[in-house]
Amino acid sequence: MAEHLLEIKDLAVVFHTIAGQVQAVNGVNLHLDKGEVLAILGESGSGKSVTASAVLNLIDMPPGEITAGEIRFKGENLFDMPPARRRDINGKNIAMIFQDPLSYLNPVYRIGWQIEEALKVHGAKEKEARLETLRLLEKVGITEPISAARKYPHQFSGGQRQRVMIAMALALRPDILIADEPTTALDVTVQAQILDLLVNLQKETGMALLIITHDLGVVAEVANRVIVMQNGKVIEAGSVRDIYFKPSHKYTKQLIKAAPGKGKFSLGISSSNPLLSVSKISKNYGVFRALKDISFDLMEGETVAIVGESGSGKSTTAKILLRLENANSGSVFYQNQDILTLSDQDLLKKRRDIQMVFQDPSQSLNPRMTVLQLISEAWVIHPDVLPKNKWLRRVEDLLEQVGLEKEYVRRFPHQLSGGQLQRIAIARALALEPKIIICDEAVSALDVSVQAQVISLLKKLKKDLGLSYIFIAHDLPVVRDFADRVIVMKEGQIIETGLAKDIFLKPQKKYTQELLLASLEPDPDVQLARRNTRKKLLEYKI
Amino acid sequence: MAKSPPTAKDNNTRRFVFNAWLLMLARDRFALFAAIFLLVLVGVALVGSFALEDVATKQNLRGRNAPPFDFNKDWIFWLGGDALGRPLLARIFLASRNTLMIAASAVSFSLIIGCFLGLIAGYTSKFFSHLILRVADVIMSFPSLLLAVIILYMLPPSVINIVVVLAITRIPIYLRTARAEVLEIRERMFIQAATVMGASNKRIIFRHILPIIIPTMVTIATLDFAFVMLAESSLSFLGIGIQPPEITWGLMVAQGRPYLTTAWWLSFWPGLAIILTTLSLNLLSNWLRVVLDPQQRWRMEIGDQKNG
Repeated sequence: MAEHLLEIKDLAVVFHTIAGQVQAVNGVNLHLDKGEVLAILGESGSGKSVTASAVLNLIDMPPGEITAGEIRFKGENLFDMPPARRRDINGKNIAMIFQDPLSYLNPVYRIGWQIEEALKVHGAKEKEARLETLRLLEKVGITEPISAARKYPHQFSGGQRQRVMIAMALALRPDILIADEPTTALDVTVQAQILDLLVNLQKETGMALLIITHDLGVVAEVANRVIVMQNGKVIEAGSVRDIYFKPSHKYTKQLIKAAPGKGKFSLGISSSNPLLSVSKISKNYGVFRALKDISFDLMEGETVAIVGESGSGKSTTAKILLRLENANSGSVFYQNQDILTLSDQDLLKKRRDIQMVFQDPSQSLNPRMTVLQLISEAWVIHPDVLPKNKWLRRVEDLLEQVGLEKEYVRRFPHQLSGGQLQRIAIARALALEPKIIICDEAVSALDVSVQAQVISLLKKLKKDLGLSYIFIAHDLPVVRDFADRVIVMKEGQIIETGLAKDIFLKPQKKYTQELLLASLEPDPDVQLARRNTRKKLLEYKI
Repeated sequence: MAKSPPTAKDNNTRRFVFNAWLLMLARDRFALFAAIFLLVLVGVALVGSFALEDVATKQNLRGRNAPPFDFNKDWIFWLGGDALGRPLLARIFLASRNTLMIAASAVSFSLIIGCFLGLIAGYTSKFFSHLILRVADVIMSFPSLLLAVIILYMLPPSVINIVVVLAITRIPIYLRTARAEVLEIRERMFIQAATVMGASNKRIIFRHILPIIIPTMVTIATLDFAFVMLAESSLSFLGIGIQPPEITWGLMVAQGRPYLTTAWWLSFWPGLAIILTTLSLNLLSNWLRVVLDPQQRWRMEIGDQKNG
C-alpha cells in the first residue's frame, strides 16, 4: 500500500469533565493524499473539529486525552515525535485556518508584520520576508497589497480577513491546509469567492486541503472525497457523488433529506389584505444611509422573506418595525395606525401583536431565568392576557405546541440544546398570541437537521394559528422552501421583489442572479453547473 | 402541587430553597468555615462586647503591655494586655461592635447608592449619565482621605458622620463598575427580546440587568470592607475619626504602632481580626457568586471542591 500524506488510524479522544467522561472522537480512520480535497461533514458535537485539532496538537490536555490511535504524517507517527519536531511540522508542513479570523489575528499589529513574523520565525531574512508577504497578499486576491500590509485587522472586512488568514497559512508553503468552517461566518457571495480561492490555490500548489464543514453545499462545491461523522465516529466515506446520490447510512440519508432547497415552491397566497404596510422608511446613522425608502406590504397569513448580505439593512428594517430603532422618515401602518408614531402606552398594546425570534437563542434568552420564567414574563408585562394561576398550564401547552416535553419548565437555558432553545424562543413569542412574527436569521445558527425541524414547526404554526412571518435570512435554500414572497435587499435598498418561484427561477436583476449563483446547493451536479456558469460570467466580465 | 393553596406552597418552596442553599454551603468547606466565623463574630459584637465592657475598659498599669500566651493569668489576658494594661481579647471583642457597624453600614450604603446610580447612568438618557458621572469624577479626583478630613473637620466626629463620609468616598467605585457592566449587558440580545415584549425600563433594569451585576458588586463590596476598616482607622489615627475611649480595630492597630518593636501584639491581634474578617467575607462572596449563577451552580450541587 502506498504511503499517504496524512493518515489517522483508530484515533480516540476523551474529554474528562466533572460530569464524567465524554468520548469526543471514537476510532476515527481517515487518510489524505497529495493534491486532494477532503471534506469532513458533521453537525456540532460530531467530533470533526477535535479530529483536526489532534493533528495540530491543539487539544488542551487535560481535560482532553488521546486514548488510542496514531496520526502519521509522511509515514512518521506524530505522537512519537519530540515536541520541538512537532512544532516544526505545524505551520511549515500542516497549516490551519479558522472560522473567525478576527480572533486569530492580533489586533495591535499590522497584518503585514504578522505575516512577516511567521516567515522570519522559520528563518527568512527581513527583506525577503517583506517581498514574500506582498506576493502572498496579492496571491490571495487582496488589491493594493502594499497599503493593505500596513493596515490593522479591524480595517478589513470579514472576507478580506479570511484572505489574510489564508495568506498567513500559505506563507510557509504547507503540504496540508486544514480549514475549519472557513466560510461559515461569511456572506454567500464572499463565501463563493473564498472557496474558489482555496480550490485555485490548492490546484496551483498541489497541497492537500482538509475542509471541516457542516454544510453539504460546501462539500459539493469543493471536495473530491467526503467523510461523514456523527458522535465521534466516521459513519460513511466516499466520493462526493457517491455519498450524495447513494448514501448507505441512515444518518447520511437523513442529513441529505434535511438539506433545504428541494421543497416545492409556495404558490403565493390568495389574501390581498395588507396586515402591515411599510412605506418609504429611511434610516441614517450619521451620514451613512442604512435604509433608503423601503416599502412593502405583508398580507394576512403570508411569509415574506427579506434576503441580503450583511450591511444590506435587513436587520435594521426589523428593528424599525419593532421600534427598537427609530426611523428618520416613513411610516408603518398596522390596523390603520402608524406604529412609528405611537406613544409608549399605545405601543405597548401593539407590541403584543408583533413578536420576534432572534438569531442566537443562547443570547436572546436570559441565562438566569428558568423556562417558566422566560415564557411567563410576557404575561407579567401584559397582565390582561392571562390570570396568574393559569400560567403554568399555558406554558406547558406552549411547550407541547413547539414539540418539547413539559418537564422543561424548570430548566435553565444552558441545560438545553440549540434547537430546544430556539423552540423555547418561539414559544415565548407565541405566548402573547401575536399576529406577526419577525424571524431574524432564526435558523442560521442551528444544525441542518435541527434547522429543518424548526422550519417545519414554523410552517405548522402558520397553518394552525394563521400567523404571518417576516423571515430575514441570508441562506437562500431555506428561504426557497419557506417563503411566499421574497424581497432582495442590497445597501439599504430593495433590489427586487416577487413570488419565491419567480425570484428563484426567473430572477430579473443582476444582483439577484449573482446571489443565486453564489449560493451553494447540496447536489454536486447542480453545484458544478452553477460553478461553471459563475466562471463564464466572470470571464465575460474580464 | 398546583392544587394546594398558594400560601402553603410558597412556604414549602421557601423552605426547600433554604435547605438547598444550606446544602450548597456545606459542600464548600471554606465558605462554611467563613460563614461560621462571621456568625460567631456578629454574635460577639452583639452580646460579647456588652458583657465584657467593664473588663475591657478597666486600667491596670502593672500589667502594661503584658505579653500574650501567659496561661497563668486569667483567660482574658491570654492575648496580652495593651499600653494601659487592659486585656486585648476583651478590647477586640468590644471593638468589633463599632468596627463591624461602621464598615458594614458604610459599605452597604455605598453599594446600594452606587449600584442604583450606576444602573441609571448606564441605562437612561445621556443627560443623567453625564451628570452622575461628572459628580463621581469630582469625588474620585479628591484623595478620599483628604475629602474625609475636610468634611470631618467641619462636622463633629461621630459614628454616623464617619459612616457618611466613608460611604460617599466609596460610591464612585460601585457606580463606575455598575455602569460599565450595564453598558455591556444592555446590548445583549435578551434585553432586546424583553423590549420587544414591551417590558418597561424599570423591569429591564431590575429584573434583567441587576441580577447579572449583583455578583460582581458583592465581590467588590467584600474587598472594600477591608479598605473601609483601614480608612476608618486612618481617620481615627489622625484624631478625626472615632474618639477614645470608643474603640475600633483600626484604632487599636494605630494605637499599637509606637510599640511595634517592643510589643508587637498590640497591633497584631486587631490586625489579625481585620484580615480574618475580610478573608471570610471574600470566601463567602466567592461561594455566593457561584451559587447565584445558574450556569455554575451545579459545581456546588454535585459537591465539587475546586470552584473556579
